[in-house]
Amino acid sequence: MTWLAWRQFRAQSIAATATLGALAIVLAATGPHLASLYSSAGLTDCHANCGALAGAFIGQVQHGYSEKVYYLGIALMCLTPAVIGIFWGAPLIAREFEEGTHRLAWNQSVTRTRWAVVKLGLVGLAAIATAGLLSLMVNWWARPIDKAIGYGNSSSPAEFSRITPVIFDGRGVAPLGYAAFAFALGVTAGVVLRRTIPAMAVTLVVFAAVQVFVPTVIRPNIFTPDRLTVPITATTTGLDFRGTRAGLTVVGDYSKPGAWILSDQTITPAGHAFAMPHPPQACLGTGSLQSCFSWLASRHLRQLVTYQPASRFWPLQWTEMAIYLVLAAGLGVICLWQVRRRQVVS
Amino acid sequence: MTAVIDARGLGKKYRRRWALSDCTLSIPAGRVAGLVGPNGAGKTTLISLATGMLAPTTGTVTVLGEQPASSPAQLAKVGYVAQDTPTYASLSVEDHLRFGAHLNPGWDARLARKRVEQLALDPTKKAGKLSGGQRAQLALTLAIAKRPELLILDEPIASLDPLARREFLQILMESTAEHELSVVMSSHLVADLERVCDYLIVLVDSRVRVDGDVDSLLASHHLLTGPRRDTATLPASQQLITESHTDRQSTFLVRSTEPILDPAWSVAGVDLEDLVLAYMSGASARSQVRQPASAAAQVNR
Repeated sequence: MTWLAWRQFRAQSIAATATLGALAIVLAATGPHLASLYSSAGLTDCHANCGALAGAFIGQVQHGYSEKVYYLGIALMCLTPAVIGIFWGAPLIAREFEEGTHRLAWNQSVTRTRWAVVKLGLVGLAAIATAGLLSLMVNWWARPIDKAIGYGNSSSPAEFSRITPVIFDGRGVAPLGYAAFAFALGVTAGVVLRRTIPAMAVTLVVFAAVQVFVPTVIRPNIFTPDRLTVPITATTTGLDFRGTRAGLTVVGDYSKPGAWILSDQTITPAGHAFAMPHPPQACLGTGSLQSCFSWLASRHLRQLVTYQPASRFWPLQWTEMAIYLVLAAGLGVICLWQVRRRQVVS
Repeated sequence: MTAVIDARGLGKKYRRRWALSDCTLSIPAGRVAGLVGPNGAGKTTLISLATGMLAPTTGTVTVLGEQPASSPAQLAKVGYVAQDTPTYASLSVEDHLRFGAHLNPGWDARLARKRVEQLALDPTKKAGKLSGGQRAQLALTLAIAKRPELLILDEPIASLDPLARREFLQILMESTAEHELSVVMSSHLVADLERVCDYLIVLVDSRVRVDGDVDSLLASHHLLTGPRRDTATLPASQQLITESHTDRQSTFLVRSTEPILDPAWSVAGVDLEDLVLAYMSGASARSQVRQPASAAAQVNR
């Protein structure tokens, strides 16, 4: 049975190997250059003033081809699980139903349960291995950039920290879970719908929805977020005005390098969200920024920040991988159950 | 006598329609059994139940004494060529033989190779590029080379041209004789079955209309022609299958194990095609007058 599963998977495995090979060449050719930029920026054994050094390094990256490779890595990491689900998962059993070949396969001296287990197992493991290899390569390449961003610097926005959504999806071990889940999702859609193209479409839509839902609703709350409260005084440096739909608001300065900021609010002593009076005569109307700051200080405002610190990167990675692997296993059980009870005449 | 397929009160219902109902039959071993009936009569449903592709709604079916597809050992004993003879379009003929070898412990590689040579199939050719007849032969080769005790074929020749049909049946018969296979084969082409079958099951409107040994079926059915008379005057030993009347003449097809003694009749034998058509048309005549199901079932037995 392993022979059949492997033989039917051959074309896809060749395509995957070729893609991984091509990417490996690109990364191997550009990685050393990035690493040399990193060490020449003085970041290898950095103990002081690292933020500024990192800022300079990031600035250099942004001016070279490394930035393009960096984004290519992110894009590949985001797309690969979906591609696996659509092109490996969805046709795995749906195509057999479409072409009627399951009637041939199910009447050899192998029970259909074993047939399904071997197919799911072999291609599922290949999916996980592919995502693992890809993650390993991209992570190795992007490590200098990830570390530099982790120091905190002025050149790159905090959204590029490896714990923040999008980047998180392409780092560490979570992609293994995504690949397993997307694959199982594709197979399940194929077994239920019995048509390859609709199964592909459903796989894409559901997987995309899950990949939006988890980082926005589940991931922030896997661990209780840390809270930071900073009083806003007349001497607070780095005060920033931000326009929102509710009006102009003021944001105090704080520094949490490498953290994932979940919420960032200016609140009044009563605990309500603070918004500038409209029009903001009391502050900006006076003409003097200093008097505006004094006015703000007299409001006794505080800056309330909730965040996941950089140190939670690995706990979050392992937890999320486990969640997705459990989901994948659940879908796998549904597939087997469907194949066992499936009644097929034609 | 052991049965290769033994069904007791077997029925299958799709959403609202019964595709097969109250099917009780026992096909003896060592026979080439033909399963005939019009399209939609339930032939494929019966075969799907016997190969474990479907689960019954009512009743039971055992194949070679076991539940169909219940274990690898049971699967190994049954060769099945499904309708439209499915093969993997992107795999070559050679790959199909490897497929058979890897998935069947009892695989007879020598036999498979010999068959492919006899059929003059190019081993490197993809199955998707074969003609319908060649694909059917490949599917049959796979089913025979696993060395089953029972071969089940669902309309294997329906889509083939007459020449390919003849070749297919010829090879089927050679293999059957060579390996002492039991065969159950469905078709709506009675003329083809007549050449190969020694056991017959007629399935009409999801029910078994008649089943039995072909020779004894032919010996016990008679075509009676004589002066016009009422069906009620027939002796109890003669079971009426079909009747037709002109002003002065009546023609009856009856089933009777006793000799026809009434000198008013001119008695003729029937061939398999007459017999099958009689049972099929008899059923449609009956369904028009909406005879209760239980009465129809009595006629069947």
